[in-house]
Amino acid sequence: MNELLRRYGKPLTGLAVFLTAFWLLFLVILPYFDMFASSFRPYLPAVDVGGPKDVYSLNNYLTIFENADWHFFGFTFPMTIHLWVFILTILFSCLTTIVSLLMCYPLAYFMAKVISPKGLATFLLLLVVPLWVSELLRAFAWFIVLAFKGPLSLTLQNLGVIAEPIRWTWGLWGYSGVLIGLTYAYILFMLFPLYNAMTSLDTNQIEAAEDLGAKWWQTHWRVIIPHSKPGIASGSVTVFMLAVGSILVPTLLNSPSSSWFTEVIYNRMFDQNDWNGGAAYAFLLLLVCIFFVTGMMRYFRVGLADIAK
Amino acid sequence: MTASVELRGVSMDFDKYRAVDNVSVKIEPGEFFSFLGPSGCGKTTILRMVSGFIEPTQGQVLIGGQDMRGIGPNKRPTAMIFQNLALFPLMTVWENIAFGLEVRGADKAARRAKAEQLLDLVELQGVAERLPAQLSGGQRQRVAIARALAVEPKLMLLDEPLSALDLKLRQHMRAELRAIQKRTNVTFIYITHDQGEALAMSDRVAVMSRGQIQQVDVPQKIYNTPTNGFVASFVGENNKFSGTLTSVSKAEGKFKTDVGSFSVTLGEGVSRESKCRLYVRPEHVEFTLKPKTGFNSVPITVEDVSFEGNFAVVHMRDKAARRLLAEVRNDPARPPPAVGSATNIVFAPDKALVLLDSEATAYAEKE
Ligand SMILES: Nc1ncnc2c1ncn2[C@@H]1O[C@H](COP(=O)(O)OP(=O)(O)O)[C@@H](O)[C@H]1O
Ligand SMILES: [Mg+2]
Repeated sequence: MNELLRRYGKPLTGLAVFLTAFWLLFLVILPYFDMFASSFRPYLPAVDVGGPKDVYSLNNYLTIFENADWHFFGFTFPMTIHLWVFILTILFSCLTTIVSLLMCYPLAYFMAKVISPKGLATFLLLLVVPLWVSELLRAFAWFIVLAFKGPLSLTLQNLGVIAEPIRWTWGLWGYSGVLIGLTYAYILFMLFPLYNAMTSLDTNQIEAAEDLGAKWWQTHWRVIIPHSKPGIASGSVTVFMLAVGSILVPTLLNSPSSSWFTEVIYNRMFDQNDWNGGAAYAFLLLLVCIFFVTGMMRYFRVGLADIAK
Repeated sequence: MTASVELRGVSMDFDKYRAVDNVSVKIEPGEFFSFLGPSGCGKTTILRMVSGFIEPTQGQVLIGGQDMRGIGPNKRPTAMIFQNLALFPLMTVWENIAFGLEVRGADKAARRAKAEQLLDLVELQGVAERLPAQLSGGQRQRVAIARALAVEPKLMLLDEPLSALDLKLRQHMRAELRAIQKRTNVTFIYITHDQGEALAMSDRVAVMSRGQIQQVDVPQKIYNTPTNGFVASFVGENNKFSGTLTSVSKAEGKFKTDVGSFSVTLGEGVSRESKCRLYVRPEHVEFTLKPKTGFNSVPITVEDVSFEGNFAVVHMRDKAARRLLAEVRNDPARPPPAVGSATNIVFAPDKALVLLDSEATAYAEKE
């Protein structure tokens, strides 16, 4: 602060501080604050807003636990369709993250340590070009590809691999299409942090490990993965958060039996017009995701600073 | 445990560029063998072929008499010390040292014990739990040596391991490395572009240029009887005279230059027709006012004298404006000639070597 004052003088420093404060307050904090506050108030007809019934409570949050019970190994849990969708959303976002990681790790290694620089340019271009197409179009493309009696089924049928057309999006409790779509949509957010982490690894270390007798998987396990951990963490957090928060891909690629928690929020806000309830669910999702991500980071011993790298 | 190494007509091509050209050499078990040459001459490439990271385009690498083709670096009885050491930064010192045992499935207690034993061997105590980044350059060096020794290699490969250290530490580590080599009796292949290092540490030295071996011999022979102009000018200082051989009888001859005709000794393979030059070491030059019988003599002017303590280097020019050097031992009774004075240098015929110009000589001059 003093440094700033000395360098730019009072007026300029004042302006910079004011603009930063304005940005933070009006564009970051206020909108959320308003939504946060309204998430604790009941959804009321316009005449009752601000009236005696408009009190703060956790009711909007607790609706997720309302109604039906769910039995599991003799225990009884309060299980609603919302809670079930919530759990599956987290679960399949994790799965998306894991699948992306498994696909990107070898690819990133190949790009960082195997391919020649000349080949790399072409390779990168091929990877990035699909990103120029909008997310909507990409999701639609998969929608068409995976359709019942769509191109994928037809091709496999003609090749004699399968006898009957397959409902590709119906597998995994109806989430297979979503999984494919989300992985495709966000995989590059995994690839680039991983690639960055691996390029910063000195090739001599890989060779040193090999020279000391390590088999290829030992080299990966003891040298390359530990070095890439910040990249893995940053890619995983990004993909997970994007997947949890996605609405376009799940809407297009889910099956009749599945839905995504963002869709539940959307329905509450726009179909039932219950903005308070929608806000409550949105915060619930955010909160749980933050806890989940920080928990995972703690478990794998990565710090926030590592990820920012 | 120790093993011999033999390179048989080994060449390595990178695309069209030949980095190592038809190298043949046999290294004895327990020998401290150095490859010495300017940077880019293919030393690292040779080491990488021995360790198995690359396969030679032509020729054979044999370790302990066994052809190594197709055997990966993790299966060869070699351990490499990399130019930048390549310690694992996320592992502690002892985990680094025990890594080779870990990947062989040794249990933790055995690994720890071996690490401690090796830390003792390289005289490094109380740092087992530290990370490499918390060590000084010299300590890291020792950890790298211990890590390589942990796998009980028959052959250690060292790629300019001392180049990152400061001068004093480098001197100290020379002796240390040599001592460790003698104690363990492992064959060492040592790579360096520093001739002092190679001469001081090695049992034998191979001088390289442009992917080819110029001479393989014990350090004294490399220095005193170089086989060609490249070796003469790369190893140590040398005064160089161009000219032609006018007469040859056995190993002696007359060499005519623009500052006189000299009685000389002929180097390996020198004949009347060959392209060659005359080389005289600075320490074989003496100053006299009057010519000395039986010695070659050149009139010179002294340009500068730098006093180094135990000796002084005299910079001078002859009549053809050729720069020449002389080294005189410190002796208060016989000081070096004064700057600006005109006098003569003399040198004995057996210290005046006429050596073949190799292709490499031209290369060394460009450097
Ligand atoms: N992987 C490679 N691809 C292409 N050229 C290489 C490769 N490795 C080394 N070279 C070339 O081979 C020559 C010798 O290299 P190197 O063995 O590293 O020399 P030194 O260790 O003696 O300095 C250099 O000109 C270098 O550019
Ligand atoms: Mg090198």
